[in-house]
Amino acid sequence: MTTALELDRVSREFTSPGGAVYRAIDEISLSVPAGAFVAIVGPSGCGKSTLLNVVAGLLPPTSGAVRVGGAPLAGLNRHATYMFQQDALLPWKTVRDNVALGLTLGGAARADAQAKAEAWITRVGLAQFASHYPAQLSGGMRKRVAMAQNWILDRGIVLMDEPFSALDVHTRQRMETELLALWEARSADGGATPRKTIVFVTHDLEEAIALADDVVILSAGPAARVVAQHHVALPRPRDLLELRTQPSFVDLYRGVWAVLREEVIKSQRGSA
Amino acid sequence: MTDRGAGRVASSVAHTPAAQRARVLASQVVLGVVVLALWQTLVSLKILDAFFVSRPSDILQRVGRWIVSGTLWGHLAVTLEESLLGLLAGAALGISLGFALARSAFLALVLDPYIKMLNAVPRVVLAPLFLLWFGLGIWSKVALAVTLVFFVMFFNTFQGVRDADRVLIDNVRMLGATERQLVRHVLVPSALTWIFSSLQTSLGFAMVGAVVGEYLGATRGLGYVISQAEGTFDTTGVFAGMTVLGIVVVMVSAAVTRLEKWLLRWKAVR
Repeated sequence: MTTALELDRVSREFTSPGGAVYRAIDEISLSVPAGAFVAIVGPSGCGKSTLLNVVAGLLPPTSGAVRVGGAPLAGLNRHATYMFQQDALLPWKTVRDNVALGLTLGGAARADAQAKAEAWITRVGLAQFASHYPAQLSGGMRKRVAMAQNWILDRGIVLMDEPFSALDVHTRQRMETELLALWEARSADGGATPRKTIVFVTHDLEEAIALADDVVILSAGPAARVVAQHHVALPRPRDLLELRTQPSFVDLYRGVWAVLREEVIKSQRGSA
Repeated sequence: MTDRGAGRVASSVAHTPAAQRARVLASQVVLGVVVLALWQTLVSLKILDAFFVSRPSDILQRVGRWIVSGTLWGHLAVTLEESLLGLLAGAALGISLGFALARSAFLALVLDPYIKMLNAVPRVVLAPLFLLWFGLGIWSKVALAVTLVFFVMFFNTFQGVRDADRVLIDNVRMLGATERQLVRHVLVPSALTWIFSSLQTSLGFAMVGAVVGEYLGATRGLGYVISQAEGTFDTTGVFAGMTVLGIVVVMVSAAVTRLEKWLLRWKAVR
């Protein structure tokens, strides 16, 4: 299996206006196979978002290297889309224009982009809302628009930073199911499209195990490192509504939680 | 228990938007009529001297005469023309400079003290200078309006661009935006929300600039009418001029509110 994404001893430091240096992530090495769903879990404030921003090319690493498909990353990662934790839809554009945005920015003809956007809006179940503005939608609907906005670009790597953390439990579970369906879907013409590589950051271990092939645990910050990596051998497609009570899931959860628990305790002690 | 329920129903009825609007409008009319009636009565009872404060009936008659004879329209048109030109020129200058400084931290730091100094200059002081430079015609008034509008527009544009949501910027960059596209799709709309919100203030300032300019030296315009009346101790004329100005501001402001609502329609929540 080819490697989609490789981090080689990546560190990132921030300097405060007072001159103090804060090391957010410390020598993180990680290899993500193409087509894998990797979840990165860690206590809050452990630098998960920093890590994702480095992979996206929004933040250059202080030291170390990021390789995308074998080539060193310079500038923005053009092989990846990024779904942010906060609302990132342009509030002054309708759902249709928001979803089409990536295509129009890339120079696609307007009619063409709109037609493709329309198809994606239907796919995420918002056909009647194409002319609405984001402020007129619920939180879950906005997340769906954001998903369509990202997936319409059909880039190989999908970065997601706690995308569903602001949603209520039920909406969240629906969004997780829809995400897996999108990821597992075959192309419309029946051909086997290669699966996208997903890097999914979350602080919720249950969500991580339910969705991912691999769960990477980061240590408590500052200077977060990779503490452990667990493979999730649960079969696909997964039924997220049933999964969480199955013995194999519960066993896995207990095992990984034992590791994560230590880090959560450390982070709480640090911030107390 | 039942009382509380009834109270809730009553208050919810009173708070439907239409009912609310009607109540506000009725109160506004009542307030205006009461003040005018009080004014009229006090003058009739000779408690106030009509020489100093005129009286509402005279003022309305004067406005009516101006309308019938047609003298009002020429002056009003001049004032509105000056205000509009001042608004447009001030906006163009303020928005471009606001954009430039928001995008260049160096330029912003260099110009900061000068902008503060210029903004602190009382505009009335500038009026005679502008009369000297641009003459008695409309351009000295336009210039005065520009000095007022410019700063409102400048500060709002600057703030709007600076305050553009980091996440929105990152998102469109990830979606493939070039620097120019970033400006067009995020920074300009983000600044426009600030600029539109300040349109009311800017328009008011533009009119103040025009009228003050006319007041201090002109041959036409509402400010000129008021200053002429003052020169002959014609208080009725002064109040009539102010009344016309006030009514025009309220009407223009209502139009701006509608425009603003339409332009910022995406902000409306369900």
